[in-house]
Amino acid sequence: MCGIAGLIHRGKSSSVGSEMTSMLTALKHRGPDSTGFAVYGEPNSGDYVMRFKVAEQEDMASGYDMGEKIAARIELVEKRLGEHKATIKDRESATPYAMRYVLSHDGDTEAMARYIEDIEGTEILSLGNSLELIKDLGDANVVADAYGLRDFTGTHGIGHTRMATESDVDIRSAHPYWAFPYNDVSVVHNGQITNYWIKRRQMEKRGHRFMSSCDSELLAVYTADNLANGATLEDSLKASIEEIDGVFTYLVATKDELGMAKDTMAAKPLVLYESDDMIAMASEEVAIRAILPQEIDTTDPYDEEIRVWKA
Amino acid sequence: MESMSVMAADMGYDPREGQTRDAVEGTTQEDRARDLGMMSEQLKNRSMEVFFEVGEDENVTYPWAENVDFNKRTELDCEGKPTTQVNKDIRALMAEGYGTIVLKNPRGMHSVGVGILNKLNLIIEGSIGYFGVGLIDGPNVRINGRVGWSCGENMMAGTVVIEKNAGSTFGAAMRGGDLVCKGSVGSRTGIDQKGGTIIVGGDTGAFSGFMMQRGRMVVCGNAGKNLGDSMYDGTIYVGGEVKDYGVDAVPAELTDLDKAWLTRKLTQYDLMPEKGVDHFTKIVSGKQLWNYDNLEPNEKKLIL
Repeated sequence: MCGIAGLIHRGKSSSVGSEMTSMLTALKHRGPDSTGFAVYGEPNSGDYVMRFKVAEQEDMASGYDMGEKIAARIELVEKRLGEHKATIKDRESATPYAMRYVLSHDGDTEAMARYIEDIEGTEILSLGNSLELIKDLGDANVVADAYGLRDFTGTHGIGHTRMATESDVDIRSAHPYWAFPYNDVSVVHNGQITNYWIKRRQMEKRGHRFMSSCDSELLAVYTADNLANGATLEDSLKASIEEIDGVFTYLVATKDELGMAKDTMAAKPLVLYESDDMIAMASEEVAIRAILPQEIDTTDPYDEEIRVWKA
Repeated sequence: MESMSVMAADMGYDPREGQTRDAVEGTTQEDRARDLGMMSEQLKNRSMEVFFEVGEDENVTYPWAENVDFNKRTELDCEGKPTTQVNKDIRALMAEGYGTIVLKNPRGMHSVGVGILNKLNLIIEGSIGYFGVGLIDGPNVRINGRVGWSCGENMMAGTVVIEKNAGSTFGAAMRGGDLVCKGSVGSRTGIDQKGGTIIVGGDTGAFSGFMMQRGRMVVCGNAGKNLGDSMYDGTIYVGGEVKDYGVDAVPAELTDLDKAWLTRKLTQYDLMPEKGVDHFTKIVSGKQLWNYDNLEPNEKKLIL
């Protein structure tokens, strides 16, 4: 049982950061292990936002020299960025192990990302022009405060509160997943995928990387694979109903779209609110009510239902 | 004889109106029950079809039930309160004799109004979350909003009327009373239903009536796939299209009694379609799965 939420404002920016925080706070009881946000701002011209971690939260207590190791890893990341001719315009770090860099770069971001992830303990959480992906252990308020999310304005976002059922409680298994190497694509998922290993082996044969043993990562890789083969988001969602087994409801966000898919058993919940200027969805109505207290009409999508909304 | 008259009244036979006298006269209760596809044996003791009537004292069967006055009305604001507190407040108000309680600002709160074993008029002004008004025995509930998953789960008697949509597993394992949603509902409506009546004004999703054991379900709109999968007994009426039937669910003939009953129930809740009830499809159990474990392997193949 996890909680997922999504929000999209049509044609305008809004305080997505604080709205998503309110929604996920209301869903805290569905999963207290970790919380993640993928929020989308106005695309900045040519610059990339890269969020990465060089260690897990639990690693911080693993030895006196951890601080030195982290410093060395960060130094190595910067060196490798330099080798790929990326200029670091801005550095921020909310926690000692998670960094946010603004880069200017015009080359192959996939090769650069692979080169950086080669460093021990390092994982790129997100890379893109408008995506900010934040995930850490703790509830929505803790994570939002630690990473200063509340001031964020943007057009859309997705979020997740996790109850770990399929893998460990750590950042690497926390949602949302970035659809490596696809810039600006992220996935949140509630459910269990039963043909995980079959599909994972297929994907690995095609050269995709898996950072965790969490079944939800498969959906991000699967979506990235479909998009790389020229499918639209809608095609990818539709294909997943046939090809992915298990019970699931998942949301995918891209630079300007937000999509949802529900499995053939309709076993995982999602409540949907649609109006002309915004669409909100969450595992429980209580999350939607956290930002829309007035009386509204909400619906449940049915089995095998797929929807895609444009920002 | 008391319970027989209750049953007969529910079959659509109302001597005061005489509307279906022709269809009923000269038949036994057992015949009428079989015509409705309801059961193969006569119910004894306390049946699932116990209808609560306002002002009917003998229906309040629990010794600790509060003697409430429907004319005593109060409002309860849920804003900022945890669910347990709201449910305790409802009980405290009933102990004070309030018979009409209006809940304000529930805002998707879960488990509101569960376990009320008393007569009561409960009006919920807004939408509620999961497990709303489950395990109730007696109250009349009106919800002017949407409900989440498992509304009216295991309800035993009373009426629940929802003005907007409802989530999945609507009326799961319900035993009696009327559960009405004027909008559309999610998947697995009436899963494991053991009695009572579920009425849906709009559409229903996949696996509706799954493992249904007794009672009746009416869907005025369309039904999703696997309707009535593995149902033991009971009846489903669908006004729109059925995507597909589940294992052991079969269409049956819509009798005059069915029509009379549908007309009465749908009129009661203001859901009567303009074109009447003649277009409804009736679905009952084929009863081929009964004693499935005792069948020969070849017989099992024929059924599934």
